[in-house]
Amino acid sequence: MGTLGFRAGDPVMVRATEVGHHHRTPWFVKGKQGKVRLVHGEFFNPESRAHGGDGLPKRRLCQVEFQQRDIWGALYRGSANDVLLVDLFEHWLERP
Amino acid sequence: MPAVHDRGGLPTDEPIDRSDHQWEDWEHVTNALVGVLRRQGLINVDELRRGIEAMAPEEYESSSYYERWSASIETLLVEKGILTEAEIDAVAAKLDSEWGR
Amino acid sequence: MSDEHPPLIHAERSRRATRILAIRQLLVEKGVVTTDELDDIIVRARARTPADGAKVVARAWLDEAFRERLLTDARAAVGDLGYPLSHDAELAVVENTADVHHLVVCTLCSCYPSSLLGPPPDWYKSFAYRQRAVIEPRAVLREFGLELADDVRLRVVDSTADIRYLVLPRRPAGTEDLGEDALAELVTRDSMIGVAEARSRDRV
Repeated sequence: MGTLGFRAGDPVMVRATEVGHHHRTPWFVKGKQGKVRLVHGEFFNPESRAHGGDGLPKRRLCQVEFQQRDIWGALYRGSANDVLLVDLFEHWLERP
Repeated sequence: MPAVHDRGGLPTDEPIDRSDHQWEDWEHVTNALVGVLRRQGLINVDELRRGIEAMAPEEYESSSYYERWSASIETLLVEKGILTEAEIDAVAAKLDSEWGR
Repeated sequence: MSDEHPPLIHAERSRRATRILAIRQLLVEKGVVTTDELDDIIVRARARTPADGAKVVARAWLDEAFRERLLTDARAAVGDLGYPLSHDAELAVVENTADVHHLVVCTLCSCYPSSLLGPPPDWYKSFAYRQRAVIEPRAVLREFGLELADDVRLRVVDSTADIRYLVLPRRPAGTEDLGEDALAELVTRDSMIGVAEARSRDRV
């Protein structure tokens, strides 16, 4: 988990897992590839704290940049340069 | 299908209504209760969100913002044994009768 | 609010409203919360307005060192200005330029930099905004009256976790002679969410 050690610039793939518990990964980035823009630091794990846990170990929170066209395909009608930034916990990220 | 709160990108033709409503007294109370309960460590924001997300999808969609908070506060306080449904039912019924309903 | 007989609009009170007032009464009776604590939060919540964020932006426009600090360590920078942030969430500031425009949304709930902007507007919490801001942000901006050129890169920020995002809007042209207070007047709430630009000085 914490050993993945993502850094700015790393390409990442968001896990496509459907989970029933509380989590903060929006559906539209699951299974999508992006790039770590920056690492915010370590924060309590909301998936633990939402269900009575202590939120430990803390997890690294990464700001991941996705190309809008990679997320929505032809449905996206903005410019090809447009991006979406989403804060994701490292345990939702894999190396592609 | 995404959970009911996971709304990004869901299709809608609805324009964005930029009017703001005047907060009612109970909305201030709801907001303040969350503040105090968080400060005391009795609930945390992740639990508050989990309680909101546990609402039946139809109820989530038909409720206003602080109605969703209200539902979650009730879920959490009962779950933690701080209040019981029966107590809340009784006081709510009393308030309703006092207000002539 | 400490009045034990809640006033106003009884007939229109929803079931949820009644239940939260019942919960409040029970928690007070049991000594879990006090009416003073509740009143204190209500008063403080009402005191926070976008004027705080506007001062931060105006300072960043005038003071290059502050601007850099704000973009790299927002908590420390706004702390210097006398806005200590709670430890509930971190703050990040993203800067709009001639080439890049940021728009902030929270698709999962309603995360918002309330410590500097006060409570979010209703539209920020609406399903329409939460749904549309990520998939058709340029159409949303157009609805707010902002037509973004094609060659401007639009970055939509979905604040899904512990970071609250504040947009540092562009300083309007022709404001070189203005001081901090006059500049702050140009900084609207919407410009700090990214659905608008700061006002030009002739529109104040």
